[in-house]
Amino acid sequence: MSATTIVSLPDQATARLPKTNYLNNKHGLLSWLLTADHKRIGILYLLSITFFFFIGGAFAGLIRLELLTPQPDLVASDTYNKFFTMHGIVMIFLFLVPSVPAALGNFLVPIMIGAKDLAFPKINLLSWYLYMTAGLFTLATLVLGGVDTGWTFTTPLSTHYLNTHVMTTAIGIFIAGFSSIFTGLNFIVTIHRMRAPGMTWFRMPLFIWSNYAASLLMVLGTPVLAIAIVLVALERTLNIGVFDPAKGGDPLLFQHLFWFYSHPAVYIMILPGMGVISEVMSTFSRKRVFGYTAVAFSSVAIALFGFFVWAHHMFIMGVSNYSALVFSLLTMLVAVPSAIKIFNWAFTMQKGSITFETPMLYAFGFIGLFTIGGLTGVFLGSLGMDVHLTETYFVVAHFHFVMVGGMLMAFLAGVHFWWPKITGRMYPESLSKLAAVVTFVGFNLTFLPQFVLGYLGMPRRYAAYPAEFQVLNVMSTAGATVLGVGYMLPLIYLGWSLKYGAIAGNNPWQATGLEWQIQSPPLTENFLETPIVTQEAYDYEWLEEKMKHEVTHVG
Amino acid sequence: MANANPTATHETLVHDAHDVHEHHDLPQLRHHFETEEQQREAGSFGMWLFLLTEIMFFGGLFMAYLLYRNWYYPAFATASNQLNVPLGTINTAILISSGFFMALGVWAAEVRKKNVLVLMLVLTTVFGYAFLNVKYFEYKEKWEKHHIPGATFDISEFVNPPIDAKTGKPTEEPLAPDMAQKTQLFFFLYFAMTGMHALHMIIGLVLLLWLIYRANRGEFTEGYVAPIENFGLYWHFVDIVWLFLFPLLYLINRHPLK
Ligand code: HEM
Ligand SMILES: [Cu+2]
Repeated sequence: MSATTIVSLPDQATARLPKTNYLNNKHGLLSWLLTADHKRIGILYLLSITFFFFIGGAFAGLIRLELLTPQPDLVASDTYNKFFTMHGIVMIFLFLVPSVPAALGNFLVPIMIGAKDLAFPKINLLSWYLYMTAGLFTLATLVLGGVDTGWTFTTPLSTHYLNTHVMTTAIGIFIAGFSSIFTGLNFIVTIHRMRAPGMTWFRMPLFIWSNYAASLLMVLGTPVLAIAIVLVALERTLNIGVFDPAKGGDPLLFQHLFWFYSHPAVYIMILPGMGVISEVMSTFSRKRVFGYTAVAFSSVAIALFGFFVWAHHMFIMGVSNYSALVFSLLTMLVAVPSAIKIFNWAFTMQKGSITFETPMLYAFGFIGLFTIGGLTGVFLGSLGMDVHLTETYFVVAHFHFVMVGGMLMAFLAGVHFWWPKITGRMYPESLSKLAAVVTFVGFNLTFLPQFVLGYLGMPRRYAAYPAEFQVLNVMSTAGATVLGVGYMLPLIYLGWSLKYGAIAGNNPWQATGLEWQIQSPPLTENFLETPIVTQEAYDYEWLEEKMKHEVTHVG
Repeated sequence: MANANPTATHETLVHDAHDVHEHHDLPQLRHHFETEEQQREAGSFGMWLFLLTEIMFFGGLFMAYLLYRNWYYPAFATASNQLNVPLGTINTAILISSGFFMALGVWAAEVRKKNVLVLMLVLTTVFGYAFLNVKYFEYKEKWEKHHIPGATFDISEFVNPPIDAKTGKPTEEPLAPDMAQKTQLFFFLYFAMTGMHALHMIIGLVLLLWLIYRANRGEFTEGYVAPIENFGLYWHFVDIVWLFLFPLLYLINRHPLK
């Protein structure tokens, strides 16, 4: 079993999709727009998040195109500023934050703990509408002429000196914040109160643990961002000086409020992705994740530590040396739980029998790229280095390694892993493996040169740069093109598979989670009867044993 | 994994699907909960979590207030003397009464007294409305004195405080012009914080009207009290925020310079 692929599809001649499932039991647009089914809402998110991802991606393309030459010749500098601002805002608030939790989490969290739905289905739908409203505001900003503060809204720049559409963007982000608060709240309550009998905390899949930790961050951090944004908006309209030093305000206050959210936000973005990786790793290594408890607790530890390191974004902004030192040390501490996870995944693979399905390839990509991103983060966390590297392309490369190399890889791993469950169909295997490889190559070609650029001193956020940086920039742009192809491919073959893909059956990966025990696509109620859980998660030994038994039984 | 029966065919799954909607004892039990108890616990846990996010939300404002109060102490002390303490005190009393009626309302729902519940909800609403009314007069006063931050804010009164007729001395310690400018920050935070609080009250009042309508139809006095309980939590939260705002904005160190 271990050497060959584990996908065992039902016989093509006879296989059909289940007659009734969540996709076809009601018809019409309204049945989608008014649905309270967490699976359908997950699909709504999946579609809208993908849409915004490609909008953000278009801006990435424009940025890279402009940086092909040293002069600002494609667009003027202020247009360039709008490009990277839009790119950042769309990618962070409309893609990264909701991607795994709102799309995959919505679909899977209730099923994986044996519940029929999230605790508050209507609030769940509401949070999708809030998300879409936020998206509309962002698109409106675009049509109105854009905003150029950068996604960080640094004051007093954003409050007094820029005459672009800060207000519409701020309102959009405020609304997006509530969407994410409600998602987090729904998850926490569901995980606490709606687990099936026998689903104890330490039998929960690690995907649930990581979404739980991310939800804590959403619930505690997002309101602080919301209030910071409200203050920016009020300051801007009323012309007061909470943040404006010329009027007695303090720009550092904004920085504190903003980063109190936005540092933990990077964990909101990465933790659910780590959960996906745990699921994929254990399934394709046929083993329980090594050190399950440590991995589970490290999620919560990351979440808690995450709240104490925000000022590492402010080393050069005038926090005192003493507090900078403390924050620098605390930052190093957060690396520990992340490292725990990496080591545990490595041990999981080491003792398991690995197969290289597409989700596993993406997961490998995640581990490689996230590790590089994490290590360079330690560089940036150390005080002396940061002063040299901050606001250069080194930072850009670092956060793209973590967020794009990390989270996006995890998202794609998850989409491929659960695609058969979500749609009931498989995707073409060789094409999907090709896409994973193209993405990985394209990614490295795009962002590795940026570490060098940053080290050599190329500052971020400028449309022009000294001519000697051109070669590396051309490399980076070429890589971005390859990367773009890597992202387009899944769009095409996954769409194709909806109609022509092979029928997947209930459990194509022979995985153990509850979601694999029900039909694909699932029924609206998920389970006919509430399941009773008697085993720990990822009990592959039991599964192999059982399958052996079944074979002899049949023979 | 035990019960979910991996070997079941699609046909059996689909066949059984019709029986799922059975076992509903109470009309209010939503389909995805197992028991009434579970639904009630989920609801109140959700409410507590939501209030936690609210604390974080107000927390940012409190932090800003405490920070600036520390920095621009004279301006903040002088500016806070401009707040109308009698009106604030009256409002505190009004709000506490409103909270008291709300608590009685929860009790009435639990012991299934429909008319008492409706009465209590109405009283809660009336007192809540009265609070906002008083707030309106306070805001109006600020408007007339040019204490609204923004374009027409006037600091002259803080630079040259009015002379007390009896003693012939200024009623307040005069502030240097740049410090007097900082009073604007005080008023900004005053409006931001009390405004945010008032916004919560307005939302609460709208919800109350809806609850009164439903309570009047007898929805909450048949054993299904969760909405009343959860709204009670919200309303008490709004009370408590005010109990922090009032001393912080109106009371502490009113006349530090005398
Ligand atoms: C197709 C691949 C991508 C390319 C070529 C790309 C390129 C860039 C470039 C050149 C910048 C501008 C840096 C600066 O001037 O400061 C940037 C900023 C940024 N990118 Fe990307 N990016 C890509 C994908 C992504 C993705 C997928 C995400 C998130 C999911 C992301 C998140 C961000 C953020 C948050 C910023 C900061 C924007 C700001 O400074 O306001 N990027 N990216
Ligand atoms: Cu950070």
